[in-house]
This record gives sequence, structure tokens and C-alpha cells, in this order.
Amino acid sequence: MNANGGDRVLEVRDLSVSFRTGRGVVRALRHVDMAVPRNKIVGIVGESGCGKSTLINSVLRLLAANAVVGDSSTVLFRGDDVLRMNDRQLRAMRGQKISMVFQDPMTALNPVISIGTQMADILYRLDMTAAGKRERAADMLAQVGIPDPMRRLDDYPHQFSGGMRQRICIAMALMMNPALLIADEPTTALDVTLEAQIIHLMKDLRARFECSMLFVSHNLGLIAELCDEVVVMYAGEVVEQGEVHDLFHRAKHPYTQMLLECDPARIEKASRALPTIQGSVPDLIDLPRGCIFGPRCPKRYEPCDASPPGTYGVNAIHSARCFQVRDA
Amino acid sequence: MLLYTVKRLGLAILIVCLAMLMLLSAIHMVPGDPAGIALGPRATPEMREEFRALMGLDRPFFVQYFKFLANVMAGDLGVDVWSKRPVSTMIGEQLPHTIALALVGLGWAILLGIPMGCFSAVHRNSPLDKLTAILSVGCIAIPSFIVSLYALLLFAVELRWFPAIGAGEAGDLEDQFVHLVLPGLAVGLGWVGYLARFVRTSMLEVMGENHIRMARAYGLPTRRITYIYALKLAILPTVALLGVGVGSLISGAVFAEIIFARPGVGKMVVDAVNTRNYPIVMGGVLVTTMLFALSTLISDLVAAWLDPRIRQSL
Repeated sequence: MNANGGDRVLEVRDLSVSFRTGRGVVRALRHVDMAVPRNKIVGIVGESGCGKSTLINSVLRLLAANAVVGDSSTVLFRGDDVLRMNDRQLRAMRGQKISMVFQDPMTALNPVISIGTQMADILYRLDMTAAGKRERAADMLAQVGIPDPMRRLDDYPHQFSGGMRQRICIAMALMMNPALLIADEPTTALDVTLEAQIIHLMKDLRARFECSMLFVSHNLGLIAELCDEVVVMYAGEVVEQGEVHDLFHRAKHPYTQMLLECDPARIEKASRALPTIQGSVPDLIDLPRGCIFGPRCPKRYEPCDASPPGTYGVNAIHSARCFQVRDA
Repeated sequence: MLLYTVKRLGLAILIVCLAMLMLLSAIHMVPGDPAGIALGPRATPEMREEFRALMGLDRPFFVQYFKFLANVMAGDLGVDVWSKRPVSTMIGEQLPHTIALALVGLGWAILLGIPMGCFSAVHRNSPLDKLTAILSVGCIAIPSFIVSLYALLLFAVELRWFPAIGAGEAGDLEDQFVHLVLPGLAVGLGWVGYLARFVRTSMLEVMGENHIRMARAYGLPTRRITYIYALKLAILPTVALLGVGVGSLISGAVFAEIIFARPGVGKMVVDAVNTRNYPIVMGGVLVTTMLFALSTLISDLVAAWLDPRIRQSL
């Protein structure tokens, strides 16, 4: 989408990740191409098991031990390939240049270490006194809206509510002023009133800290509200990506179209049954020969079963992996 | 933390009082007349009466119980049937040896078992992990008296690194400690294996938790993640296990005391059971119960010190 490569904080090229399991090789990600431009928010959307988590874990190299990354895959962070970094380079990157907010704030913090210590520990690379680190931590807590932060530094995670804990996680993620913030469904575990607060907070902080953001969610409404670009994933592939407005109004891939129809917020006709996508996600051990979405696709025609589609441009800022886009 | 300590201490005292109630009931529930059993078949009725009066067995049960409680609180555990020496003095002489032995056994278990478990968890499925697994299962499976005998043969008889028997010169701490090394190993070796397996399992479980993934995502140094973030949580079940384990460590100490010819409460109680010396049996069992209550108390306090969630729950 953006021709100027230097303007991209993160660039994922041809990323394939497989997991060796007892049942066989699970091909969790196949030839994923995507990028996060500087100062933009990119959303990743898709059902459970579509490879969202594998993608972000690849970016931070937090994959399980049985993961195998494809030889031609690259994950460039400001031009350096994360997949070829050694442990020292990785540690220098994690938390400092790329940081992450996890899905479930109830389990993301260590229950037996005070939050002040957990926050100060992130600053271990800085040449600062312990008191200085505590002050910095308290300042960050204040910025995410925790009242009386200096006193609360000595409290433990169980003394905070879920929403508070997610605020703390966000404060921790921004401690080192990272260039890229990854948010993995940061509001899924929270109730709806908190969701809006957390989203506003993240939007506000992202602008203040001037970082780029990769926002993973299955909530289309959130993606539309927050993001500049969207990547739609299905069963380990990027099926459609583009500028958020263009993609939501001119969705070309049948999967994206059906996903939009299934969003309860967009349903206009009252109906007892919520719309669903028929069928289920394919087995990633034994892949179909043609299009990955073929078995569930209502618009399937001859080319779909023969070979997998390539990625075809809808316009300059929008592309989809569907033969209908090629043939349109 | 102070409130927790006070509450937990009260619980420990209650446990000891209940244990004393059961101990006294047990004496009454033994079939036959305690006096007859103690004095043997050739005792005259007068001798039995005299014995009952001496032991207070002719009075109502609860009077006996409260007398027992009052005596124990005053430090009076009765007198030895044969030598007529106060039981509290006799236990007082033996107890430090038993406690020292249990502590050294515990020390071996902690110093070897916990690092072994951590190492196995960090290097899961490596050849060294498998070797550690074999070693620890071996440690658990071999009875402590076998370990004692072979440790004697190897380190005392063949290599002459450590002395074979006795408790060492009284007052000479270094000599006493050297005499503790082998018996301590014999008592603690099974626990080395237990701890290694136990710590490995809980470490693996904790290492898979979200907050550890988060610590990694923040680039914290691996050593800090393993030994602070993971171990502080993974050690909690082990601390609870050790609190209970001291009981079996003390019973395991009986073998070591006999084989290494060491003084100790275990050996004294075994001798007393063989000669039906009730006051010593009761005193010995009571002191062991108190040690047990004390060790669970300590383990609970350590767990509360490590885990803020426990501190606030009681």
C-alpha cells in the first residue's frame, strides 16, 4: 500500500509458520504479507484459530518450541530481520522497541510480585536509581488513570480490578516508549463499559507517545473506530487487506463480506437467528488444493478448486486473495 | 502479616491441644489395663493400684486431660518409669540432635532438590533432564537405611571423608556438624528426589503461564524470569509440601539414628515402646507433634511471606 519502505515500522514478508505436532505438521501461517506504517494503527481481524496470535508471536519471536518458520520468511522491524536476531538483539528489542498488551489482564501480571517492582523491572536497561524507576512507574500509572499511583506501587495485581489491571499493562507497555505497540485483543476479557474506556485510553496514549500500533481483534466495530488499515485473516492466510474505510465499504473477499454480515452491530432486520458462516475452519494439517475458503464459499466457481488464488489489487490501497477480484 | 502470624499461631496451639486429646484417648483405648501392660503379668493388684495412682489413671478422663495440659504447659511431662528422671529433661537432651539431623536432611533436600528441579524445567527434555529424572526417581525409591549403610561404607569406611558413628564431641560445633553430614544425607536423599520432581513440575506449569510470556515479551533477563518471576510462584506448593514433609523426615531419622548410633528422640521413643515406658512414649510423641505443628506453621508463614494473596485470605 505504501510504496516508501522506509516509512514502515514493521514489514512482514512471506511469513510461513508451521507447528510439528503428534497429529502431523499444522501449517498455521502461509505466505503472510503485511506491514505497519509509521504512526498508523493496523488492525488484524479474523476468527479464533486464524493465525492472529501466531503472527504477533512471530513478530516478538515468542513462538512455541515446536514452531518452524519458513526459510524465505522475513519480519523486518525498522529494516532488521527479527527472525534472524540472536538472543541479545531480541532482548534489546522486546519491551523496549516493540511491546505488547496481552488479552487477559487477569493472568498477564505476576501475582506474587508488586506492580511497582514489575514496572521498574522493565526499566532494567536504563541507568537509573531505584527511586527514579519508581517515580517513572508512578508517573506512567498516573497517565493511564490510576488514582494515588505512588502508594499503589506496592500493591499486588489481585488488589486491582480487571480494568485497572489492563490499564497497568498498558502503562507497562509504554514504559520504554516503544516504536511499535502490539495489542492482542486487549478488551476481549473486559466488559463493554470498560472496553470503551480502554479503547479511548489507548487511542489517546498512542497519539501522545507517537507509536505505531498493531491491534488484533475480532470486534469489527473496534477495528473500524480505531484503525487506519485492516488485515483480514482466514485459516492462516491474509485474505484481504486495505485502508479501513475502503475495505469495510467495498469488501471484495466473500469471507470479509460474510464477516461483516455476521457483525451483530450491523444487523438491521430483527431475527431470532443470528447470521453465521456455514461450515468451520479447515484442518490446517490437510489443506484443500484450491482456495482455502473454497469449502465454505457461496460464490465458488471453476478456478477456485483447481489452485489457490494469488493476491489481486482492488485498487491502490486495497487488495484481496480471490479469483473474483482478478476476473472482475 | 502480623495478624496472619497471630491467627496462624493460635491454630497451631489448637492443633497441639487436639493432638494431646487424641494421645490421651489412645492410651485409654488400648485393650487391657495400661497398668497391667506396663507392669507385666506378675504384678500384684496393689502394685497396679499404686501405678494407676502414680499415673493419675484412676481419675475421670477430662480431669486427666486438663492435668495433662497444665503439666505440659508447666514443662512437666512426667517421670521415666525406670530411671525416675524427668521425661522433659531426657527429651531436652535428645531433641537438639534430632532437630539438627532433620534440618541437615532438609538442607540437603533443598540445596540439591530445588536447583535440580529448576534445571530440569529450564532444560526440559534435554539429556541432562532425563538423567536428573532417573537420579531423582532413584533417590525416592531407595530406602533411607540402604542409603545410610552404603554412605557409611563409601564415605566413612572407604574414603574416610566423614566419621562413621556418633554425634561428635559435645560443645565442638564443627565436629558435631561433620558427624551430621552423612546421616543428614541418608535422611534427606529421598527428599532430594521428591523436591526435584515436584519443583520441575510446578516450574513447568508456571513457565507456561501468561505472565511469564509477558515477562519474556518485555525482554527481561532469562535468569530473572526463571529465578524470581517463575520460582517465587513455583516454590509455593513445595513450601507446603516441606511443612508436612518434616514429619516423615523425623520418622526417617529413626533409621539414621540407629545405623549411625546417634542420640535422638526417635531412637529413645523406639526403645521406650519396647519397654512399655509410657511417659517417654507420650512425651516423645507429644514433642514430635509439636515439631510437626511448628514446621507447618513455619511453612505457612514462609508461603504467606512469598504470596501476598495468602496474607490477605486468612
